[in-house]
Amino acid sequence: MLLQQLINGIALGSTYALIALGYTMVYGIIALINFAHGEIFMAGAFVGLLMVAVFKMNIFVAMILAMATCMVMGVVIELIAYRPLRKSSRLSALISAIGVSIFLSTLALMIFGADAKGFPDTAFPVRQVKVLGAEISTLQLLIIGVSALLMLGLEFIVQKTKIGKAMRATSEDYNTAALMGINVNRVISFTFALGSSLAAAGGVLVGLLFNAVSFNMGLMAGLKAFSAAVLGGIGSIPGAMLGGLLLGVAEVMGVAAGYSSYRDAIAFAILVLVLLVKPTGLLGQKIQKKV
Amino acid sequence: MGESLQSIVNLVDPYTLQILVNIGIAIVLALGLNVITGITGQLSLGHAAFMSIGAFTSAVITLRTGLPFSANLLLSGLITAFVGAAIGYPILRLTGDYLAICTLGFAEIVKVVFLNLDITNKALGLSVPPARSPIPMPIIVWVVAILSIIFVCFMKESRFGRALKAIRDDEIAAEAMGINIARYKVQSFAVGSFLAGVGGCLYAHFLSYINPSDFGFLKSVDILSMVVLGGLGSIAGTVFGASILAAAPEFLRFMSQYRMLVYGGLLVFLMVFRPNGLLGGINFTDLVLRAIGRKPATAEVNERHRK
Repeated sequence: MLLQQLINGIALGSTYALIALGYTMVYGIIALINFAHGEIFMAGAFVGLLMVAVFKMNIFVAMILAMATCMVMGVVIELIAYRPLRKSSRLSALISAIGVSIFLSTLALMIFGADAKGFPDTAFPVRQVKVLGAEISTLQLLIIGVSALLMLGLEFIVQKTKIGKAMRATSEDYNTAALMGINVNRVISFTFALGSSLAAAGGVLVGLLFNAVSFNMGLMAGLKAFSAAVLGGIGSIPGAMLGGLLLGVAEVMGVAAGYSSYRDAIAFAILVLVLLVKPTGLLGQKIQKKV
Repeated sequence: MGESLQSIVNLVDPYTLQILVNIGIAIVLALGLNVITGITGQLSLGHAAFMSIGAFTSAVITLRTGLPFSANLLLSGLITAFVGAAIGYPILRLTGDYLAICTLGFAEIVKVVFLNLDITNKALGLSVPPARSPIPMPIIVWVVAILSIIFVCFMKESRFGRALKAIRDDEIAAEAMGINIARYKVQSFAVGSFLAGVGGCLYAHFLSYINPSDFGFLKSVDILSMVVLGGLGSIAGTVFGASILAAAPEFLRFMSQYRMLVYGGLLVFLMVFRPNGLLGGINFTDLVLRAIGRKPATAEVNERHRK
């Protein structure tokens, strides 16, 4: 049964990883904890649901549309709520992010109502596949596959393209990057677009996995994904992936071991423990104190 | 004495009274967080957890023992302060955002633990019997709120408070000046937790029902918003911010379902146009001195600070 739980954990963990990437990229560049990111994830799930349930679209088309919508959303949010605050204290930006998050979840509550909605059964036909004695659903394979594909795509963008190079330069040193002729504002917008689209994909996948999309799904998923980002070392892209997978597996294992009522605490307990032992996370770099 | 006080309370109509009590409790809670975040500069995203520890401790004390309310209030504050110090000791080694995240994680753990304990009645929550005190609740709340304001005011200007501000402004320089950073941080955390515990106790006995889910992340955010809105480190600002945000849901009631929408938008709007909070960066002693035509001693320092 271990293999079975491991696969359940990896499927859940890869959705955490997808959301965590957005946190980590934004933090890496402007050192802001983007608390509205969980709400973008929720919006992505709703857009996907709308496309599938109302417009009868294919799930993959719906996912791409959700990603595109959230891309725009992320950029707009950055423009309105974060850009004017770039020079002020980090705490003000944090409160602004929280304001956006409250705004978006209330908006979703008003538009879609309080009860959770499910994807129609026809959205993605789920079959069980037997691999080495473990029952794996095609849905889990889809989640793991899509997440892996998106993460590879992200890795390609960050490592091989010109804008990726600019992103890395900006996250290394914001001011020097600007002096070197990098359009920092464009890089930040691009980072938000990238992170938000990954969160939207995560939203559609989670919506399929639990067959429930609701206005408040962003909060807990956001907090956990954020823990994943910190666990792996915030600012580090491979760290976010590792952290997401670890938290997903730990949570599923914890539930399987009979601690289901402590489900939401498992991720945070691991987070606190790791921070106490290694304050910068598993793959994080050591911060130097400057006098 | 109790009856005459009760008759004074009865003069105020119940709706206004409720808002006033909410404001009073919010002031105590926000002042506690202001000690940690505003004065010492340690961002905490888990203040509601300390509030819940105070609330449940006081509820259990009222349910299981015969202690009078004043002792209960003090005891739940002290127990929360003890827990705050015990937790603060290991996690205050972390700085900045890592500390914020750790407090956030800790708060979620506290919530889940309370949701699973028998003594807190699990997810059903606890019904809290009325406070054992002849003095009516609204008066207690306001006396405690005023006492906390006075206490924090004195603390801020004391040797202890100045050490905390030194840590906030430059940790390394403060250490070089011989300030024991770890000890002061834990003490400031304990003071903040004490006020959170007291606030939680008042909250529990005023609402007479508490549930672990009420003390989630959003409650912590609420308290943090009060502190930041008023202006970090400013006590007048905290009182002001707490009053506005505690009363805001009532003022916005006429737009019922748009209420939280406006609240969220308002937070963004205020931060964009007033990033230091409404009263941040305003020194009231200076204002008074200027008003009577004398040059404040701190003017020069502030000028330098602004650059």
